[in-house]
Amino acid sequence: MDLHFGDSKPTDEEKAAVDALLGPPESSWEGADRSDADLRWARGGREARERRDLLLPGLHAVNDRIGWISEGALHYLCRRLTVPPAEAYGVATFYAMFSVGPRPATVLHVCTDLACAAAGAAELCAGTEARLGPGSGASVQRSPCLGLCERAPAALAIRAGDPVRTAVAAPATVEAAVLAASAPDSADEEPPAAMAVPQAGDPSLTLLGRVGVVDPASLDDYRAHGGYTALRRAFELGPAGVIREVTDSGLVGRGGAAFPTGRKWQATASQPDRPHYLVCNADESEPGTFKDRVLMEGDPFSLIEAMTIAGYATGAHQGYLYLRGEYPRALRRLEHALAQARARGLLGDDVLGQGYAFDIEIRRGAGAYICGEETALFNSIEGYRGEPRSKPPFPVEKGLFGKPTVENNVETLVNVLPILTMGAPAYAAIGTGRSTGPKLFCVSGSVDRPGVYELPFGATLGDLLTLAGVRGRLRAVLLGGAAGGFVRPDELGIPLTFEGTREAGTTLGSGVVMAFDDTVPLPRLLLRIAEFFRDESCGQCVPCRVGTVRQEEALHRIAERTGAAAADDIALLREVGRAMRDASICGLGQTAWNAVESAIDRLGAYE
Amino acid sequence: MTVIPLGVPRRLLEFTLDGEPVRAPEGSTILDACRAVGKDVPTLCEGDTLTPKNACRVCVVEVEGARTLVPACSRKAESGMEVRTDTERARHSRKIVLELLASSVDLSTTPKVAGWIKEYEAKPDRFGPDAARLNEEPKVDNELYVRDYDKCILCYKCVDACGEQWQNTFAISVAGRGFDARIAVEHDAPLTDSACVYCGNCIEVCPTGALSFKSEFDMRAAGTWDEAAQTETTTVCAYCGVGCNLTLHVQDNEIVKVTSPHDNPVTHGNLCIKGRFGYQHVQNRD
Repeated sequence: MDLHFGDSKPTDEEKAAVDALLGPPESSWEGADRSDADLRWARGGREARERRDLLLPGLHAVNDRIGWISEGALHYLCRRLTVPPAEAYGVATFYAMFSVGPRPATVLHVCTDLACAAAGAAELCAGTEARLGPGSGASVQRSPCLGLCERAPAALAIRAGDPVRTAVAAPATVEAAVLAASAPDSADEEPPAAMAVPQAGDPSLTLLGRVGVVDPASLDDYRAHGGYTALRRAFELGPAGVIREVTDSGLVGRGGAAFPTGRKWQATASQPDRPHYLVCNADESEPGTFKDRVLMEGDPFSLIEAMTIAGYATGAHQGYLYLRGEYPRALRRLEHALAQARARGLLGDDVLGQGYAFDIEIRRGAGAYICGEETALFNSIEGYRGEPRSKPPFPVEKGLFGKPTVENNVETLVNVLPILTMGAPAYAAIGTGRSTGPKLFCVSGSVDRPGVYELPFGATLGDLLTLAGVRGRLRAVLLGGAAGGFVRPDELGIPLTFEGTREAGTTLGSGVVMAFDDTVPLPRLLLRIAEFFRDESCGQCVPCRVGTVRQEEALHRIAERTGAAAADDIALLREVGRAMRDASICGLGQTAWNAVESAIDRLGAYE
Repeated sequence: MTVIPLGVPRRLLEFTLDGEPVRAPEGSTILDACRAVGKDVPTLCEGDTLTPKNACRVCVVEVEGARTLVPACSRKAESGMEVRTDTERARHSRKIVLELLASSVDLSTTPKVAGWIKEYEAKPDRFGPDAARLNEEPKVDNELYVRDYDKCILCYKCVDACGEQWQNTFAISVAGRGFDARIAVEHDAPLTDSACVYCGNCIEVCPTGALSFKSEFDMRAAGTWDEAAQTETTTVCAYCGVGCNLTLHVQDNEIVKVTSPHDNPVTHGNLCIKGRFGYQHVQNRD
């Protein structure tokens, strides 16, 4: 490799931020001052290059401490890791939470996505911008969904420094958001995670049963409430036994694709290539989704236990938890839980004294919806741009670092605990024949009690909305998030199962149920969805990169039009949408047209 | 004549291509198989010496049982596969992809694309006069080559050629995201401040003319570029002992650019700055 680092130098603070992560440099080959020994020894090249996956943590380290990533800081980080600066620049500019230009130390991310938009995000943005003018030391950034939909509208303040400080205002008034940005330390404490679970305390809850009941910071409390019994059972069963239970339970992935979990585990476990990796996808960035956040904040040990079981079953000794960058509280809770579990021998060289070695590392995303796509997530962890890879080869064969990898989302993994404690037959008896077990739904929008609901598969959309209490006259329900589809108020009988929603021509997706009353202007909602996909497209393939832009343009053109005046553009949208669905590399482009299409066909949005 | 290396013998796979049974060596792509039987599938980002990035999606074909269309350039053929290259569905996607591309970038110097636009009845104008496109002046920041982002389709070939697949210089990468993504050196600096070693291998692989020789760029601007009047002569580079092949493109007895044969087993089309750009001494007639 033929690297050129230019002559821009890091400041002492930037250097300290990088060194705090990587340790001090050992030779001039990786950024130290030149010594006599360096003239005779060339060290660092290959070894440093193998640490490429520390690029994203390195960018975070600088961005957290300084607030943005300067040329000098980027070059120093590149020298430390032997990464070409052009590539590192490509990575740094990929993520929305990083800036490669100077900006104030405090950034207030104001959510402008669906639930928040319906709850007045536009006024919140305008109000905070007016108050936080130049000179206030804070800038306002419009943000896609922050995963706080049950408390819309939401704002997240991040103040760079050592340590970085964060504050959340939700539901946010202009005053609360400005306070969070100007004094994050004295902003109001966030309500406990259980506040997002309207059913909290109900003894029939399986997945959410511990949220609000246990102290999320206490391992003892977790164990007192049944924690780690599933892992003990896993050790009794052995890896093959665990996979058999999971297969028999009928569990399918809850991230949206609904792939049978047991089959995925089996396929990974049986790969001869080593090592195997386990990746937990905690990058829930689908607008309207916040269930994983609530689980991680309210019951963090359950995810760690479930990951340990998944790693054990599939022969992995290293797990990565890829957490979206917008979840500071979940990060703190999980970091604390990991440290506790390590200290007590529940992670490490000898888990529970069973001779099985397993540990988990948290990797933080930095604002990119596409990184929830499984192969884009691998690229992101590896220190590359979060662009999806072509499949095949599939992750079970060649995943993270090119090795067999099983990737599951948070909710899927947490389901493994009841499968092992109650046994596959009892678990499979919940729900319907083909959609087994309990399911989490994120209800938001025009409802009285927004939050995460747990229901057995098979309940109808109407049952769920009755629990949440529809406010006003219901105009439409968005199922499955921005990549999902709209249904009409007269379709509330749709059973919330994978097969039931498929038969009704829609999708369950990640479990988003967003209700909109008749005060919400539908065309503006569709524009926001189109804008979201245009912003979040990675730009790799033509149908998605250009198609999402053309979709948004057409929706702008017909924003105020209906009937014959809109017919041409709707026909155009259909043609482009069909090619995006057919020819895009990954799910983002393939689903970018779903919601708009359903609004046209099912709701008659432009009639 | 260049030497054609013989590969390891490979097993043959059998599958159907547009209803006809075909046999292809294990490991070949659907596109390889199509070309072997003389079937034309349009491609833009595919390159003969680089691993295809399958980003342009012009070569999509229908594979029985697959939910979406698959890129012929990078999908490996499998036994028993049923591939259809010219269905209404595949043609529709190709048409839209061509429209999307042609509405956002200038394809006037992209070979073959005009023919495909006609064949697939693509109408790039129908997105309206306000359809977003780059509209950027070509970047002329050095004497050797010009970057014209208006023509860039982000096929990643220059990035791969500059990076691990050929040159190992890693001077360029893709920066930004979505429609704003663009090929850039670090901090979007001028080329002269970057790691670029001016090997010109990126120009060699650019399918659209977004990267071009300064000589060609100037002659096109002056209206004197005439490909029909050019002759091509392949010779051996005299600068060092490696023996790279050079193809001299000569117009009016002047060398106007230098390329290199891709089927050469040593260089695969690669050259260094001297071979690619150091030809003025040949025509110094003082």
